[in-house]
Amino acid sequence: MTSKTENQTRFGVPENSMVFAGGVRKSFGAVEVLKGIDLNVPAGSVACIIGPSGSGKSTFLRCINHLEEVSGGVLLVDGAFVGYDLRNGKLYEVNNNLLCKRRADIGMVFQSFNLFSHMTVLENLIEAPIMVKGMPRNEAKDKAHALLERVGLADKAGYYPRQLSGGQQQRVAIARALAMNPKVLLFDEPTSALDPELVGEVLLVMRDLAESGMTMVVVTHEIGFAREVGDQLIFMDRGVVEERGAPREMIANPQSPRTREFLSRVL
Amino acid sequence: MSEAETRAPVDALTVVPVRHYSLWVGTAAAIALLLLILKALATNPAFDWPTVGRYLFHQSIMRGLGQTLLLTVVIMVLATVIGTVVAIMRLSPSRILNAFAGGYIWFFRGAPALIQLIFWFNLSLIVREFSLTLPFFGTIFSVKTNDVMTPFMAAVIALSLHEAGYMAEIVRAGIKSVPSGQTEAAGSLGMNHRLILRRITLPQAMRFIVPPTGNETINLLKTTSLVTIIAVNDLLYAAQSIYARTFETIPLLIVVAFWYLFVVTILSICQHYIEQYYGRSDQQQASAARGILRRAFKIGRVAQPA
Repeated sequence: MTSKTENQTRFGVPENSMVFAGGVRKSFGAVEVLKGIDLNVPAGSVACIIGPSGSGKSTFLRCINHLEEVSGGVLLVDGAFVGYDLRNGKLYEVNNNLLCKRRADIGMVFQSFNLFSHMTVLENLIEAPIMVKGMPRNEAKDKAHALLERVGLADKAGYYPRQLSGGQQQRVAIARALAMNPKVLLFDEPTSALDPELVGEVLLVMRDLAESGMTMVVVTHEIGFAREVGDQLIFMDRGVVEERGAPREMIANPQSPRTREFLSRVL
Repeated sequence: MSEAETRAPVDALTVVPVRHYSLWVGTAAAIALLLLILKALATNPAFDWPTVGRYLFHQSIMRGLGQTLLLTVVIMVLATVIGTVVAIMRLSPSRILNAFAGGYIWFFRGAPALIQLIFWFNLSLIVREFSLTLPFFGTIFSVKTNDVMTPFMAAVIALSLHEAGYMAEIVRAGIKSVPSGQTEAAGSLGMNHRLILRRITLPQAMRFIVPPTGNETINLLKTTSLVTIIAVNDLLYAAQSIYARTFETIPLLIVVAFWYLFVVTILSICQHYIEQYYGRSDQQQASAARGILRRAFKIGRVAQPA
């Protein structure tokens, strides 16, 4: 296995990079969904990805934690490949256990929450720390209660997901991802399945996370959130990065006509 | 519509309900039929109730019942294990494993249970003995097929393999009913395939697996009566050997039917409570109200009321 610095010099990864994508391509059969995506997310920063549906932004997010395999390009998390080891100029696919171990460092929050519906909120939070990390049960429980406190759901530990509102479920899902102490959190349209009045409570938790220094990659339609919280904004369209920049300037004054058209429709 | 008509009619007017004449006729016919059956049961000497009472708890009937229950439990456990393995193979990305599992289901579910039973019982016609011979060590062991393949053994093997064909399909349907988002979420938390299957997919699939499995168990209980053909001493065989001597055929068949119905009733009640247990996350309210049996026997964990 190559060292982190070796990967960094080889692929020109900037210092302090948490997520680095260089020319990432992804095809499903004959359809090329990602056509060379470049991205650098420094540790502790927030990158927001916007774009019309079908632009490949969710697929890109799923490539980061290797839920999808990339078809080409380089994708590094904390300076290392997720699904491969680089040895002697070849990429060796890692076995399932090692992949899982690395994935545990990359938290993911889904559009449809995907809480384990047969478990209570508390059981959802302690499952992976106990089963994957081997954390003692009591320690995991203490941690879970602290996290629930943080997302404002301290009183819901014994509830089943179905007994919670969408916004509460998504906050539990965020807490569940945090329970693994991830290096980076990926959000796949976390508020798109929510009633409008529930969006705010989830965004509040995410904003709190960003302020605490969590590295986040957020695919979203919440332009307001991107402007307030994002350190960089990426507009994707048809599998390419159409425009990128500082969120405030880009939203106020988009350069590409396609960005302008998209923003005018969602703002 | 005038105002008088829209006001509550019961105050002022007499309501004439629709007369369900056919319902009355049907009810009367059903009651008449029931009475005829009861009369026949009570008066026809062939039923011979005192004899039924005499044999109900007869020692060999009890032994037969024990054997039937043992067969049902052993076969169901084996069938569930084999069926789960076959179902997982059926869902695996490997085409060979997939086809193998498909072939298994096709054969063991398709061939009649009775034929499989007789086949395994007569296995010695194909294979005379089992032996393990290693180079340098010689023969480690060697047994005659006829010594191993007792009637009980043949019954267990034949019916387990047959039942597993059904169980495989039930488990497969259950696993497929779990949304793929659950697997993805578990994967993103670093859980591996085996862990996901054991902790996330199978427990959720249980809600879909339990009701048809209950039906299968009830079905199997009765299917085990086929083993009388290869002389396993089950409930029916015990009754047969008695009435072969005494010619009290009908009373003994009533005894047998009584015990089958009794066990089926117990199984149905168990099924109800198991279903409730696996459906607990469906409850809208986090309430402590639970089944009396469950509380009495403390089956499973009880979520803390929030």
